[in-house]
Amino acid sequence: MANQKPVVVVIEDDPPIRRFLRTGLSTHDFVVFEADNGRQGIVEAGVRKPDLVILDLGLPDMDGVEVVKLIREWSAMPIIILSARSSEQSKIEALDAGADDYLTKPFGLGELLARTRVALRRWLRVPEQDPSGIFTTGNLQVDLLNRWVQIDGKEVHLTPIQYRLLSVLVQNAGKVLTHRQILKDVWGPSHAESSHYLRIYMSQLRQKLEEDPTQPKYLLTESGVGYRLRV
Amino acid sequence: MNPERPDPDELLAKIEQEQAKAKRGRLKIFFGFAAGVGKTYAMLLAARERRAENIDVIVGLIETHGRKETAELLTGLDVLPRKSIEYRGTTLSEFDLDATLKRKPSIVLVDEMAHTNAPGSRHPKRWQDIDELLEAGIGVYTTLNVQHLESLNDDIGQIAGIRVWETVPDTVFEAADEVELVDLPPDELLVRLKEGKVYLPQQAEDAIRHFFRKGNLIALRELALRQTASQVDSQMLDYREGHAIREIWPVSERILVCVGPSELGERLVRAGKRFAVGLRGEWIVAYIETPELQRLPAEKRDGILRVLRLAEQLGAETVTLSANQMSEAIIDFCNDRNITKIVMGKPSRRGWKRWLLGSVVDTLISEAHNINLYLLGSPQPGTVRHESELTRYRRGSEPGLKEILSKRKKGYFWGYVWSIGVTIICLLLTSLMFGHFELANLVMVFLLGVVFIATRYGRGPSIVASVLGVAMVDYFFVDPQYSFSVSHTQYLVTLIAMMTVAMLISNLMANVKSQAKVASHRERRATVLYAMSKELTMSQSEDEIMRTAVRHIHSEFGSQNVILLPDQTGRVVHPQDRGLPQSLYGSDLSVAQWVMDHNEMAGHGTNTLAGADALYLPLSSHEKVLGVLALVPVNLRRVFLPEQQKLLDTFIRQIAQAITRVRLAEQARITQLQMETEQLRNSLLSSISHDLRTPLATIVGSSSALAENDGSLTQEDQIELSSAIYGEAQRMSNLVNNILDMARLDAGAVELNKQWHPLEEIIGTVLTGLQKRLEGREVTVNIPPGIPMLYADSVLIEQVLINLLENALRYTPEGSPLQISVEITPFAVEVFVADRGPGIPKGMETKLFEKFYRVRQEAAQSGVGLGLAICRAIVEVHGGTIQAQNRASGGAIFSFMIPVEKQPPPMEQEG
Repeated sequence: MANQKPVVVVIEDDPPIRRFLRTGLSTHDFVVFEADNGRQGIVEAGVRKPDLVILDLGLPDMDGVEVVKLIREWSAMPIIILSARSSEQSKIEALDAGADDYLTKPFGLGELLARTRVALRRWLRVPEQDPSGIFTTGNLQVDLLNRWVQIDGKEVHLTPIQYRLLSVLVQNAGKVLTHRQILKDVWGPSHAESSHYLRIYMSQLRQKLEEDPTQPKYLLTESGVGYRLRV
Repeated sequence: MNPERPDPDELLAKIEQEQAKAKRGRLKIFFGFAAGVGKTYAMLLAARERRAENIDVIVGLIETHGRKETAELLTGLDVLPRKSIEYRGTTLSEFDLDATLKRKPSIVLVDEMAHTNAPGSRHPKRWQDIDELLEAGIGVYTTLNVQHLESLNDDIGQIAGIRVWETVPDTVFEAADEVELVDLPPDELLVRLKEGKVYLPQQAEDAIRHFFRKGNLIALRELALRQTASQVDSQMLDYREGHAIREIWPVSERILVCVGPSELGERLVRAGKRFAVGLRGEWIVAYIETPELQRLPAEKRDGILRVLRLAEQLGAETVTLSANQMSEAIIDFCNDRNITKIVMGKPSRRGWKRWLLGSVVDTLISEAHNINLYLLGSPQPGTVRHESELTRYRRGSEPGLKEILSKRKKGYFWGYVWSIGVTIICLLLTSLMFGHFELANLVMVFLLGVVFIATRYGRGPSIVASVLGVAMVDYFFVDPQYSFSVSHTQYLVTLIAMMTVAMLISNLMANVKSQAKVASHRERRATVLYAMSKELTMSQSEDEIMRTAVRHIHSEFGSQNVILLPDQTGRVVHPQDRGLPQSLYGSDLSVAQWVMDHNEMAGHGTNTLAGADALYLPLSSHEKVLGVLALVPVNLRRVFLPEQQKLLDTFIRQIAQAITRVRLAEQARITQLQMETEQLRNSLLSSISHDLRTPLATIVGSSSALAENDGSLTQEDQIELSSAIYGEAQRMSNLVNNILDMARLDAGAVELNKQWHPLEEIIGTVLTGLQKRLEGREVTVNIPPGIPMLYADSVLIEQVLINLLENALRYTPEGSPLQISVEITPFAVEVFVADRGPGIPKGMETKLFEKFYRVRQEAAQSGVGLGLAICRAIVEVHGGTIQAQNRASGGAIFSFMIPVEKQPPPMEQEG
């Protein structure tokens, strides 16, 4: 795989943005296939065997969230969604449906490439990830198997829930997790709406793991959407 | 002064009159002295002439009375079908007023002006229908006989011995644009009568034959000719006034007609009217209410009321004066109003009574030097009397009034019981004193009793007490005791003196009492008026005014009432507001609409649509009708008594003024708002045009340079141009976001997604987001431990912080430190963003938060001037406040407060 150029399917109805994505991505060693509506996009995603899908939520023929759901029926490939600023709710719906990340229009090329790389890395690494491997980002180390957390090599003691929360974030490192997803994984489906639990524990976790909790380096807040562990 | 020059006020009045006339239809009356002189015939001939001139003439209603010649004239004219009205099983056909109004011809023919309409018609009288037609701009031809003129009614009754009930007010006759006299010598009329050419109803044939005596006809003809002549005369005068011919100028006369409870009232009024017309003077009809007259029975007082209403109908001004002495009140009034002539009835006191007690007339003769007095004799006995509307009203069941009357009777009854009781107490007292005191002292005790009764119960009981007292003194104390006979003449003198004194006391006290009553009535009216006007002044909205009005009208007039206002389309509608207990429900909107359109009262107790349950009065201010006041009078007297009517008028005027005031204020507020909106739109346009064009210029310029690159641009040039495009595009993107945010907040389209958030997370998110731009700045964050979670929309609160920080970055020198701190109070969380920049210009602390406000206009560094306005809008939707201040140690400090509404939900503790 390393020698092969990664394949990206862009599903977007606006030609100038499509052109910008094509130019930007192909000059950075991506193979780009385009679709200007949802139906054709799903076909392209099935035919081209892409490593990544970039999907605009506002499509002329169908809801972008539907496209995410349809793709997720047969593939776990990373999906990055593009959304307008005011459509917060559909963004969350798309993430809940299984999208990996989102970009708010307008965005720069640098931001797009960064998100793409993170998503690809996660996607390409999953099958070969060492089941006993230790997760490392910056000075934070988490051993999911032996259940320990270290900052600068010093062990940090976490409560069971704090640990569960951290391990969910580590398992999805780099990916945006919505409040609902985290709540479901940590507290179970019955607590999906109790987002204040999550916020309290997140703030406790920051107190323990971050140097300055008001300017976090690892445990990032995605405003109005959820959280993401920076990698 | 040039005596030839007309008075400008008069000229103005003349012009106004002519303008009103131009809009009004023209009224032509074919005037005759008896039936059969050919009025209808003449009218039809005139109509045919108009028809030949191509004028739209229709026949509204013509009574041909079976005359062939008349019926022939109808051919070729449009005849309007009559309206049939069901009344007690019979079908009456009447003139169709509404059809005519709808058809709107130039001229309509309506026969017999004095006709009384069938019950249930809009107006009781045909002349009122005609008036409405004229009001609507339709010309009317009609016919009228001289005996139907209101003011001549009495005279003709005396001449012919027959009175007619169908009368037309003189004012209507005088307002006619043309009067054509249809004349026929009496001999010829009698010939026509014999030939059977004059239709006579069978049942009244004899009476009318009696009427058609030659002597009668001559007299009637003379009256008709004279009436027409005076009408011509007044037209002549109008013409003179209009053309500045002033050689002969009559001295303006003011005539006062004094009416009392006597039978003479109506005749006095009619005489006064004729007098006033003859002299071309003003006339005023006055009723002087002395304490004596206040004790009159209700029927008599109603009679006076009716006389005053008749006077108003005839065009007089009416006043009610209350005074102790009639002559005094009259003289005062005459001096005030420059009265030149007084018309009144002959004195009723005769012989020694007149000599002893005097009469008003005698006093006036001796005291009013410049005034001419005219006295009218008493009527002949046996003349038929009109039945007053009010008497008729009373005969029907009228609970309110009966109750009041019976209550009053009850009061009287107890007064007499008391007078007997007090006299008996006096007797007991004096029997103890008897033998020890002189008789004169015993008499004093009884007189004391009389005084007591007189002050409490008035004249009747006190007279009873006087008589009883005298009788008791005579029986028990005067020799011979236990007998009514008197032994000594001196005792007789004592008894007579006692009687006289007691009577005088009764009279005096009763007068004092009724004066006090009058005064208290007057004071109460003033108080009521003051109370309402005070409340009205304080009322801020139409609803409030209406509630105040309804309450006060109810308390003063005892009537359920309601104020009806028109909607946008001008249709009167029921009020939206939930009513008060005093409100009137289910008022008749069609009557209200009529009142609204005609600016005249209608409904119960009036001449228009009298079948309605309520009385409807126009609520007008400055000639403009704002709405209608509908009220159900408990008794008509309480509303139609002149003083009460005036009070109600004042009430209405006050209410109308209050409504006008509130409306003007509302209008001013809307105008102000529109102006502000306009201003805002202008500043929005100028801001947007400036702030969007500037970056666009850079983008268009730079990108065109890149697109048209022929190889001359170096690598560095290209990077510089594209980063310029990138930067400007970013700036534009921010601007557009701000504008959209503001628009969403303004439109109230923001739905708050309130959740519990730790404040440090919000601050953390903001700082992470601004990381790049904050590079090189020292940012200190000071959050005290134990801060409660905030129940808010985190995305919006983050926006507030971002805007505040961006503002700080924009307006403070690079590298200067920033500080974020949080404070808690029991009810709120306050967040501060402080800088060390140049601070805020004096007086701009609140202006900063206004839309499109920028400290330095058109400065390159500034944004569109929406950032802080957005902050304020967001904080305010959270129920908080935002403010800006200068720091004592230099720089500015912005702070916003978000109230802590409730406790966060409980958390399960981890074991």
